[in-house]
Amino acid sequence: MTLFYLFGAVAVIASLLVISQRNPIHSVLLLIASFGALSGLYVLLEAPFVAVTQIIVYAGAIMVLFLFVVMLLNAPHEETEHDERLHAFRRPGPLRFGAVLAVALGVELWWALTRSGGDTGGFSGPGVSSVRLIGKSLFTEYAFPFEVTSILILVAMVGAVVLAKRDPQGGTSARPGA
Amino acid sequence: VPTLNDYLILSAILFAIGSAGVLVRRNIITILLSVEIMLNAVNLSFVAFGRAFGTADGQIIVFFVMTVAAAEAAVGLAIVIGLFRHRESLNPATFTSLKW
Repeated sequence: MTLFYLFGAVAVIASLLVISQRNPIHSVLLLIASFGALSGLYVLLEAPFVAVTQIIVYAGAIMVLFLFVVMLLNAPHEETEHDERLHAFRRPGPLRFGAVLAVALGVELWWALTRSGGDTGGFSGPGVSSVRLIGKSLFTEYAFPFEVTSILILVAMVGAVVLAKRDPQGGTSARPGA
Repeated sequence: VPTLNDYLILSAILFAIGSAGVLVRRNIITILLSVEIMLNAVNLSFVAFGRAFGTADGQIIVFFVMTVAAAEAAVGLAIVIGLFRHRESLNPATFTSLKW
């Protein structure tokens, strides 16, 4: 229970800091901390395979990609426009409306989850922590979605290369008509 | 002992934080990071449900969600690089026209 609250607090605080930082590099590094806490929660849920995948794939691959792009673009700060002087949470008008919508969503979810009675207290029965069982299920029951995933990755790879490629003429190939 | 409801409430809080980031922030990269927070909140609830039902299905769908998140990050960041080359800005309010 203590570990649950510890990891949960780290995840929530790091996520809050992610969306309140001005510098995208700080946001990316804090999001890695949040993913580490989530990985601890997966261990508590007896899902060590997901915990390790979370660290390797999310913190190791996806966040490095984000960090790479942030440093490549070399645009660390948000306040380039005249209306960007104020911090995002103190800005008036429609932007505050977005924050209100998000808070309303959080309150609704909380209300819907806490009003359901009959909480049994803890998980009954053992969880599936064996990588062997997960792999077996992945390659038998879920073999077709697994293979479709490979096509998805191929499409994403080709798409990323095409979108980020520079034209020899100086423009980008993303606008062939220009 | 943390119950299923505790995990679902934590997942809901994280999802709300992610949606707040998408709605409030004016930086494309931070918006993509907020989308990642939302995906992870959903992953947490998948694993918690899988643990509650005693099956491996929750962990397997997390595997697929991670794959989709990786593909989304690669394509999204390629688009961000392309947009930044045109306008030298990361503010989504700059990109209001479909063609220029």
